Amino acid sequence: MSSELTVNDHIPIALRTEALEQLLVERGLVDPAVMDGFIKAYEQDIGPLNGAKVVAKAWTDPEYKSRLLADGTTAVAELGFKGPQGEHIVVVENTADTHNVVVCTLCSCYPWPLLGLPPTWYKDPAYRSRVVKEPRTVLIEMGLDVPATTEIKVWDSSSEVRFFVLPQRPAGTEGLSEEELVGLVTRDAMVGVAEVSAP
Amino acid sequence: MTVDLDLEGPAAPPRSNGELVFAEPWQSRAFGIAMSLTEAGAFTWDDFRDQLIHQISTWESHAASGDCYSYYDCWVSALETVVVAKGLVAPGSLRGRGVELLNRPAGYDHDHDHDHDHDHDHSHHH
Repeated sequence: MSSELTVNDHIPIALRTEALEQLLVERGLVDPAVMDGFIKAYEQDIGPLNGAKVVAKAWTDPEYKSRLLADGTTAVAELGFKGPQGEHIVVVENTADTHNVVVCTLCSCYPWPLLGLPPTWYKDPAYRSRVVKEPRTVLIEMGLDVPATTEIKVWDSSSEVRFFVLPQRPAGTEGLSEEELVGLVTRDAMVGVAEVSAP
Repeated sequence: MTVDLDLEGPAAPPRSNGELVFAEPWQSRAFGIAMSLTEAGAFTWDDFRDQLIHQISTWESHAASGDCYSYYDCWVSALETVVVAKGLVAPGSLRGRGVELLNRPAGYDHDHDHDHDHDHDHSHHH
């Protein structure tokens, strides 16, 4: 199955990609304008902001939070967030007792409509293998020291299920509005490699 | 399929987390091709993902220590394999086109600086 890879080894990857695009466009299978639309959407429009809105709503609306934890896909679709890689979203909640962290051990499955495309470290072989075996150590290396009394659960995303972490609302944010809370929530917190800090 | 989002204000900061989505232009083209073909139904996302997993695991089992991992290299390899397997392009045509592009005459490149003084003299001094 990898014959194309082997024979193309001496052709620079940028030219291999250009060859793919040219042949597919010539055959009418790909429209460059449609491609441009996808690229622009993911470069500029779709990012972790969507996920941050979900988190802020869950923090301020207990009924929404219940729906979100019961059926993530439907609850995020309520806010208009759906699309490729957005099927079968399962939300896991961080508490004082449990810290959740997400990985895709096989490739890079990730909830695109909520977080955009995954960052480089998420796709890195070292993160993918090590976070399963030694999550506490990996999290410390990434700047998150989880208390020894807190259990760490590692969730392996796949095409069947894409996990999304609902971080803990930081202390001292009781007076903030939902919109103000959105600004605090980072991508890393929603993957589970960071906590949300108060402003 | 895009959503109207705030460009500024408190809702904007989590957007990028300071990292480019694509490190080089070809990566964005490869992403766009896979998305377009999936949306058009030329193959399913799972078809592509299975091949992507295969390419990543192949890389991991063959990589020497110190080899630099490129996720989008695996992505392009997966795309090449799937488009040939699905009969979207003829076997061998990718390589053929790639070689043509490699042998494109120097000066074809549209990305160079057009402000400099072109030497249209046919005598070459390289």
